Amino acid sequence: MIHMKILVIEDDLEAAAYLAKAFKEAGIVVDHASDGESGLFMASENNYDVLVVDRMLPRRDGLSVISELRKKNVNTPVLILSALGQVDDRVKGLRAGGDDYLPKPYAFSELLARVEVLGRRTGAPEQEMSYRVGDLELDRLSHEVKRSGQPILLQPREYRLLEYLMKNAGQVVTRTMLLENVWDYHFDPQTNVIDVHVSRLRSKIEKGFETPLLKTVRGAGYMIKDEG
Amino acid sequence: MSHLRVLLKNTAVRLSALYILLFALCAAVLVFYVGGLFESFLRDQARSAVMQESSDVEGIYAKRGMEGLLATLEQRSRQPGTNIYIIASPQGDILAGNVLSIQKGILDQTGWIDTPFKYQRFTEERTEDMHYALARAIVLPNGLHVLVGTDLGDPRRLGALIRQALLLALGVMGIGAVVIWFGVGRNALKRISRMSEASGRILAGDLSQRLPVVGSGDDFDKLSGSLNTMLARIEKLNEGLKQVSDNIAHDLKTPLTRLRNKASDALTKVEKPAEAREALEGIIGEADQLIRTFNALLMISRVEAGSAAAEIAEVNLSAIVADGAELYELVAEEAGLELSADIAPDLRIDGNRELVGQALFNLIDNAIKYTSGEGTRVWVTLSRQDDMAVLSVSDDGNGIPEDKYEDAVRRFVRLDESRSKPGTGLGLSMVSAVAELHGGRLELSASNTEGSERRGLKASLILPLAKV
Repeated sequence: MIHMKILVIEDDLEAAAYLAKAFKEAGIVVDHASDGESGLFMASENNYDVLVVDRMLPRRDGLSVISELRKKNVNTPVLILSALGQVDDRVKGLRAGGDDYLPKPYAFSELLARVEVLGRRTGAPEQEMSYRVGDLELDRLSHEVKRSGQPILLQPREYRLLEYLMKNAGQVVTRTMLLENVWDYHFDPQTNVIDVHVSRLRSKIEKGFETPLLKTVRGAGYMIKDEG
Repeated sequence: MSHLRVLLKNTAVRLSALYILLFALCAAVLVFYVGGLFESFLRDQARSAVMQESSDVEGIYAKRGMEGLLATLEQRSRQPGTNIYIIASPQGDILAGNVLSIQKGILDQTGWIDTPFKYQRFTEERTEDMHYALARAIVLPNGLHVLVGTDLGDPRRLGALIRQALLLALGVMGIGAVVIWFGVGRNALKRISRMSEASGRILAGDLSQRLPVVGSGDDFDKLSGSLNTMLARIEKLNEGLKQVSDNIAHDLKTPLTRLRNKASDALTKVEKPAEAREALEGIIGEADQLIRTFNALLMISRVEAGSAAAEIAEVNLSAIVADGAELYELVAEEAGLELSADIAPDLRIDGNRELVGQALFNLIDNAIKYTSGEGTRVWVTLSRQDDMAVLSVSDDGNGIPEDKYEDAVRRFVRLDESRSKPGTGLGLSMVSAVAELHGGRLELSASNTEGSERRGLKASLILPLAKV
């Protein structure tokens, strides 16, 4: 279990209480601020792993909190929550210095997966040249994938899918996150598009091997992890 | 009287009155100007005639002496409409010629007599009417004065002519004014009142009313035409709004009711964790579907609200189509269909990548969903037609009857055939809204593939290419 400490800046007290409880159950320590000014203060004074910021806040708008923090050189990853779910709102949020954007209403599993991935970012350097999960190896320079030393041939998109899963090994990644990071489209994949790609990938990396690596997390998404 | 007042308020009538006033002024100036020109022309004519005569007289006198001159003048005087001739003594007594009396003092002058003077001829009755003439007096070597002149006619007659012309012009214009008032003004008045009647009915809530268009193509018609276009758009939006609220009542209430039923069902299963879990998962699924519907609705209304809703940049449509084909290839395979793509390279549009992508994915998703179990393949093509990119997603499924194409695009409309399949009923409306945002359109037709009895469906997204 990762020990993570996050700050939720959200003016809707009921929603904040629900988030605090749910994050706590997932083993994440949560602080809460109910307006922009106090959120900005708390975020600058403490060292959080992730900030979850609602876009519309009293006393200081969410985007302005983020740009103020970035000006102060506070580079804590920020996930923006917003009722404004359109493409351009997302772009605006990321331009203001946010790292991820989740439109309301959202499933908590989606939020949790994204917060965990963001929190990991501060810990694990992204510049690793290779990933390894169990006996599965991925070389980011040569784009070679091997399992138990045997090369596995992947299509470019399958490679990117596996790369993203392995970069976040041990973390749940949702279908939306996969569509965003592997295909670069930011909307809810309504049907099983992502699932079929994942199962194709799964058959390639697991066929002929005993231990399953790529698991489906019900109601959330996928996770690659070495159980052994 | 009130009718007249209304008439005077009429812009057309006011304008025609103003024009008539201006025309009358112009006509008066013109008539006086032409009159003046005419007068000076007459005077010039007279001058040159007199000049000619008087030099004739000098010539005759020089050649044939007094006798000859008298004989010639005698002869010339008798011709009708002739000039006037006077031979007078140095004292001013008329000795010969065709003039009975002449204005006093004239015979004392020599050379050009420029100011018109009065005279009376022999041949005329003695009346008060005197004629005006222009003359040149010469002094013969024997001391006698010879005056040769030409008649100018009565200047009052010229004045009367001018007045007459002016009156005639004003009269014609007056009649014209009345005709214009009754013709144009009343006509315009009638049309305006018809227009305001129609707009009154529209205001009263009947949006199907249209302003009258006569078909003359004049300004009124153009105005009515553009107002009618505006009305049609408002009516369409209004209808859409009404339809949406009707449909929200129906299509959102149904899943909400289902959600509630499932929740109360889950409550009864609290004792059996496995069943309760399944029931709760069903609830979450139902809720997710509702959220999707809401998101789709919000998105459509944002897109329909106009271009401000989306950031537009030059995007590579070919790349998006390739993404779509690649993304859905496996889904199609799972559904037992073959997905193929024929993509013209590097077609670019000014657009929003996310929205166009979502529209395309919707089309492919639809094609796979509705062809599965019916047809065998789905194919995506992107080609260029003049300055438009034509992106088509076709299938060889059962298709939709031609008269249902319009319905299929409408919000929340799910054709009976599709009710059993999952979906929000918003897919094609969303695609159509995205097409419109990009200045393009969505067209549905039968794909009619060879060797297939099924009509199939071809959904074409026609988008303007980016200007190079």
